[in-house]
Amino acid sequence: MAQNGQSKVAIEVRGLKTQFGDFVVHENLDLDVLEGEIIGVVGGSGTGKSVLMRAIIGLKRPSAGTIRVFDKEFYSLDTAERLEVERRWGVLFQGGALFSSLTVAQNVMAPINEHLHLPRALAVDIAALKISMSGLPAEAGAKYPSELSGGMSKRAGLARALALDPEILFLDEPTAGLDPIGAARFDELIVNLKKSLGLTVFMVTHDLDTLHASCDRVAVIAEKRVIACGTIEEVRRTGHPWIEEYFGGPRGRAALAAHKRDLASHSEAH
Amino acid sequence: MMDAAAAEFEIGLERGILKLIARGDWRARNLGPIDSALRNFEDDSTGRDIIIDVAGVKKLDTAGAMVLQRVFKACDKRTEKSRIIGADPAHARLLEQVAQHLAPCPVNHAGRNAFLMMVNRLGASVVDTYFALLQVLSFVGLTLVTAWRIAGKPARARPTSIFWHMEEAALNAVPIIGLMSFLIGAVIAFMGAKILRQFGADIFVVELVAIGVLRELGVLLAAILIAGRSGSAFTAQIGSMKLREEVDALRVLGLDPIEVLVLPRVVALVVMMPVLAFIAAILGLVGGGLVAWGTMDISPVLFLTRMQESVAMSNFWVGLIKAPFFAFVIAIIGCYQGLEVEGSAESLGQRTTLSVVQALFLVIVLDAFFAMFFLEIDY
Repeated sequence: MAQNGQSKVAIEVRGLKTQFGDFVVHENLDLDVLEGEIIGVVGGSGTGKSVLMRAIIGLKRPSAGTIRVFDKEFYSLDTAERLEVERRWGVLFQGGALFSSLTVAQNVMAPINEHLHLPRALAVDIAALKISMSGLPAEAGAKYPSELSGGMSKRAGLARALALDPEILFLDEPTAGLDPIGAARFDELIVNLKKSLGLTVFMVTHDLDTLHASCDRVAVIAEKRVIACGTIEEVRRTGHPWIEEYFGGPRGRAALAAHKRDLASHSEAH
Repeated sequence: MMDAAAAEFEIGLERGILKLIARGDWRARNLGPIDSALRNFEDDSTGRDIIIDVAGVKKLDTAGAMVLQRVFKACDKRTEKSRIIGADPAHARLLEQVAQHLAPCPVNHAGRNAFLMMVNRLGASVVDTYFALLQVLSFVGLTLVTAWRIAGKPARARPTSIFWHMEEAALNAVPIIGLMSFLIGAVIAFMGAKILRQFGADIFVVELVAIGVLRELGVLLAAILIAGRSGSAFTAQIGSMKLREEVDALRVLGLDPIEVLVLPRVVALVVMMPVLAFIAAILGLVGGGLVAWGTMDISPVLFLTRMQESVAMSNFWVGLIKAPFFAFVIAIIGCYQGLEVEGSAESLGQRTTLSVVQALFLVIVLDAFFAMFFLEIDY
């Protein structure tokens, strides 16, 4: 595991090519996601961050290349094996993607009932646990998605993603559309969950603060492939103009300064 | 050795303190069989000291940790003696994390007495219907006022939009409307032929087909198809624009959504519906005529002559006069429901359904009124 220094690879992408018609999104893209890390995928709009995520979770079939998850090549598995892999990951879509006809608790119970066939009382207990772990108040369980704010929808989506105790958590722009306070809380929540549950987190994000606050490594997508992957310092050292502009621009500098202030106040407190 | 793929537990006493020894794979998928036994145990031993030994637990996930903590909390007297022992660091972290989140939560939306709820819904829907009726009426008024305003300034009419909707809603519907009324005409002639022959009144099939198709069926078929085809499309188009805040954008830019979205559709349908009704009527006659020719040897010439002699022109006009009214109702309902879409894609679906149902209903009601009206004035 990550703590031993010798990290295993959870997701291995090699030579990935995805395209829509003639429009090629990725070409020859390589990426490793290590077990127990939070990896942040960044890139300009339209570089295919979300498409990469969709390719990995099986929603967008690549036209070339291999994707191995848990040492299994996902796209060559049969249905039963594929289901087995799918049960080991949880996905939080950008808008939460809650089923609008079910309450939040029923949303969280849906995968539990579908896959685990547990007694109802136990399923309810598990759902309550996940709802609480996602930082929602218990009353939210009986609410319909249409009654939730954006931040609460995301948390509810996270609760559903955590329902089956996934090993990998996919997050698509988890902090987009949240106010800065809500976004910071969400970052904190993800880091906490990762620590306590030993999750591997694959996060697509635009949010520089999130990158600084929660990501162990950053993968930068540009020119249809991953041009750099590593800690923020390592990535910046490559000197690629887009990366420079991204991290060195006014917002990048502000986020870095805020992160340093955070670290300083933390070390003072301890 | 125990079965590694199951969650097991054992309850004993150790120096007067309850001891629960957990073993095996305590992951969610294995907890089903032991959950009720654990719940019984919780009920029986509330408020007693307990030691939970998890040294034998091979695998643990949040659900397993939750169940263990649940048992612990239910029994725990909060004395020094109660504790969970033997957890390896990862499991201990999990148990600790889960302990903070043991709050039960409601699952179902707060409901009340089912009968009361039903009465409640009934009442609400009566009130809603009343207000919806008023709203539709005021929407009709709004549209007419806007139309009147535009009529004064023809430069502000939107010919591109109107013609596009004419093509989309009417021209593209010609094949299906034509085919349907052709078949209906044929079916009426078949049925008529069979019954009329018994009375030796074969030739009356001409009146049957001509009056039926010209007066009622041609225009009604066209209206029903357009309600299903274009009324729903109007709702879906305007509704999805509403969802993407395009309608709000129009308003903010100083454009009147009624003028930009509703009027072109209403005008296009009102202008084109008589044409569609005409096509439907003619093809209905053709269908009926062909069947009459084939099964009863009434030649087309005879059919037409008989029609000219005995079917008054008024039948044709009655059919055609109704067309623009039907079109107006369909377009208004379609646009109104589109603008009423709110919030989610679910609402869009509901509104689209409502739009078709209401448009069909109103077309039939209107048709009944027309029938009574023309009967009274003896036309």
